[in-house]
Amino acid sequence: MSRMLRSSWFKAMEAALLAVLVCFSLGASDAGARFTDLGHRLMCTCGCSQLLGECNHVGCPESGRERRELSDAIAAGKTDQQILDWFAAKYGATVLAAPPGSGFNLVAWIAPIAVFVSALAGTILLIRHWAKTKRLATPVAAGTGAEASLPDTAEQERIERIRRETGADGGF
Amino acid sequence: MATFGSFSLLIALALAVYNLFAGTIALRLMATGQPTRVAPERLAATARRAGIAGFLAISCAAFALVWSAFTNNFTIAYILQHSNRALPVPYKFAALWSGQEGSLLLWGWLLAAFSFVLRLRHKTDVRLYAYAGTIMAGIQVFFLAVLNFAVRPFALYLGPQVSDGNGLNPLLQYPEMVIHPPMLYLGYVGFAVPFAFALAALMMRYPGEKWIKITRTWTLVTWLFLTCGIFLGMHWAYAVLGWGGYWGWDPVENASFMPWLTGTAFLHSVMMQEKKGMMKSWNIWLIFSTFMLTLMGTLLTRAGLVSSVHAFAQSSIGTWFTVFMILVAGVCIFVYIHNRSHLKAEHTLDSLVSRESSFLFNNLILLTACFVVLWGTLFPILSEFVEGSKVTVGAPFYNRVAVPIGLFLLFLVGVCPLLPWRATSLKSIKRNFILPGVALWIAIAAALLCGVRIFEDGKFSTGGFYALLAFGFAGCALAAMLSEFVRGAQVIARQTKKNLVVSCWMLVRRNTRRYGGFIVHMGAVLVFVGLAGSAFTKTAEQELPLHGTMNIGPYRLECAGFTQDANDNYQSEYAKLNVWKDGQMQFQMFPEKRVYLVSEQPQTMVAIHSTIGWDLYLVYEGTNPDTGQPIIKAILNPLVSWIWFGLGVMVVGTLIALTPSVKPATVRPAVTGATPEGAKG
Repeated sequence: MSRMLRSSWFKAMEAALLAVLVCFSLGASDAGARFTDLGHRLMCTCGCSQLLGECNHVGCPESGRERRELSDAIAAGKTDQQILDWFAAKYGATVLAAPPGSGFNLVAWIAPIAVFVSALAGTILLIRHWAKTKRLATPVAAGTGAEASLPDTAEQERIERIRRETGADGGF
Repeated sequence: MATFGSFSLLIALALAVYNLFAGTIALRLMATGQPTRVAPERLAATARRAGIAGFLAISCAAFALVWSAFTNNFTIAYILQHSNRALPVPYKFAALWSGQEGSLLLWGWLLAAFSFVLRLRHKTDVRLYAYAGTIMAGIQVFFLAVLNFAVRPFALYLGPQVSDGNGLNPLLQYPEMVIHPPMLYLGYVGFAVPFAFALAALMMRYPGEKWIKITRTWTLVTWLFLTCGIFLGMHWAYAVLGWGGYWGWDPVENASFMPWLTGTAFLHSVMMQEKKGMMKSWNIWLIFSTFMLTLMGTLLTRAGLVSSVHAFAQSSIGTWFTVFMILVAGVCIFVYIHNRSHLKAEHTLDSLVSRESSFLFNNLILLTACFVVLWGTLFPILSEFVEGSKVTVGAPFYNRVAVPIGLFLLFLVGVCPLLPWRATSLKSIKRNFILPGVALWIAIAAALLCGVRIFEDGKFSTGGFYALLAFGFAGCALAAMLSEFVRGAQVIARQTKKNLVVSCWMLVRRNTRRYGGFIVHMGAVLVFVGLAGSAFTKTAEQELPLHGTMNIGPYRLECAGFTQDANDNYQSEYAKLNVWKDGQMQFQMFPEKRVYLVSEQPQTMVAIHSTIGWDLYLVYEGTNPDTGQPIIKAILNPLVSWIWFGLGVMVVGTLIALTPSVKPATVRPAVTGATPEGAKG
């Protein structure tokens, strides 16, 4: 299998799959897509806490009117942003289903990314630090890397794998 | 019955208070070794017995409330508000948790039941159990205080005499509502047990990792209940609310999801402590956080801090929960600071690419997801505090932020089983990743052939792109895990000369924890596939006169009639729809709208036809007042059944993981001889 990976025909197959991906990725159009999309970026204002596109409770006093306003705005040729701004001006910021990307509300979008990036960097640094601690605690011959520090790595891996596969390690 | 119930609760509180104080004094005396007139062991035994008696007392209270519902005792305000004479019997039972007071009573009862089991098993480790039992008693005191002084389930109705009650909320009159809330509460309450053990182990500077082994079953069972509770809630929302989806990122949903995320992280990282003695402080804080998140979930949903579709659950007990949360956090911080030296561990890893590292990345992803959910849930409050005006943080926010995180998690599910403990070589990584890599491309190609597109109308479709990635990663993950089964079974087949299926079964039984875990992960992958299908939902809405037709996906719907019906509980009107496919009539569906007589609340009852590929989901939206014709909303939801099937697989996997291995392998098999072919990859 490893030889196959290196062979040119395998790479050609991979390239062909990529080509298929690009060709098949060009899809068809959907006339109501904008209405559906915008309907899922706006809230119903009756207080039901549902998206406009999904509000279904019987006798809702607001969603019908809002949907008509949305249809009219799309028919009038307004851009998505113009429509969202118009709704926010009329009903207040809570009509938008997600915080706008400006002012203080930008923090809502930045914080998760910042937390994720810092946590990822922190985890990588921590692992490297722990790995360094291990290397320092186990002196090895000069010029050998972490992988080489394990005697006969391939054999050890094989034994370890068989132990795990046959349930000899007693755990996950 | 109201008096009996009230006194039962009061006695339960008195017993819990005694359990807490006598237990604390006994443990203190045992720790200091001071000579006393009463032996501390005897005092601890009385505290334990008080805990057991407390369970009986609160059981009497729960019985009194259920009995009152069954006997239509409308002198109790809670029964008046949540039941009525015509309510079907199973829903009368569900009245126990259909309102604030009852659900807190259920919570308190479940907590007492968990504590009861814990106290019966005290001989496993008398001191550790005495500590944990005392902590559980502390939690119990809080809930019983709330039940006695804040919400009072047995408060009498003081108005004029009534002949019938207000009935159960129509949204809750659905079979799953009989099991969804108890499951969820079992999950919430259950995390109090590992929390109590973790705090106990830290307080008494418990040597070794035995407390983790003791609580492993508790934690897994609790996790299973919470998982089932969440999925049953999803199915209830899907089948009852009628908006066509199953997860709306509502604060109440988020409240159950957050402890699930941290609990899942704990289940993974605790293995690092068991195997390597690492991450002790981390694990302690994970379980502390999980328990506090269960309290926060209650605070968020009951105190009305954030707006939610679960408006029926709001009340004014927020202050109680806020104070208790601060108290719990204070105790946790104090005990941690006081005993942190006990948690010192030598942290060493061999490589960035190893099973150990993958656990860290898994924790990173799960906790980032938890942060995103918490952040999104609380941001409206923060925004109002800073800017003076609220904003909505709804599904578009979570879809944009949480979906990539979910995809990363799915990627890890595929990759982690391929990484060995300690370190590995690049050659080995390449070899292990060939099959999953091929599966990834095949899954992507299959998805494209099935019509998945990442460009719609010439524009890049984020949903399509994410779905394509999800299908690819799912294929990769399933191949990785199945190959683990096959390789392991091949080794056993060579040893035992049995066929591959029998060998696979033997493999699972030999190491239930490992292979049960794989099955849980396979179930989770199937759930991801189902979730990815939501990117391709199709909707159509149309007024449908008699014999009128509408099309959605491969189906043609024909209105065969619409009619009305009634019983003691509700009136209904529904449409009869013939569903055609490929020119042939396939089946009939009956979407319905009900109006409950007592509450006069309308409720949609959707009709769902599930197949492996998609669900045909029909909603009767009422009649057009001008024409009198029914309006039908049809939704084609791809792959939804994969979600429920995935849950089933997860449940089976967890049950296997809970089963003891048949042959605890303590002796290493001889592997120095001929190389088994199964290990060659």
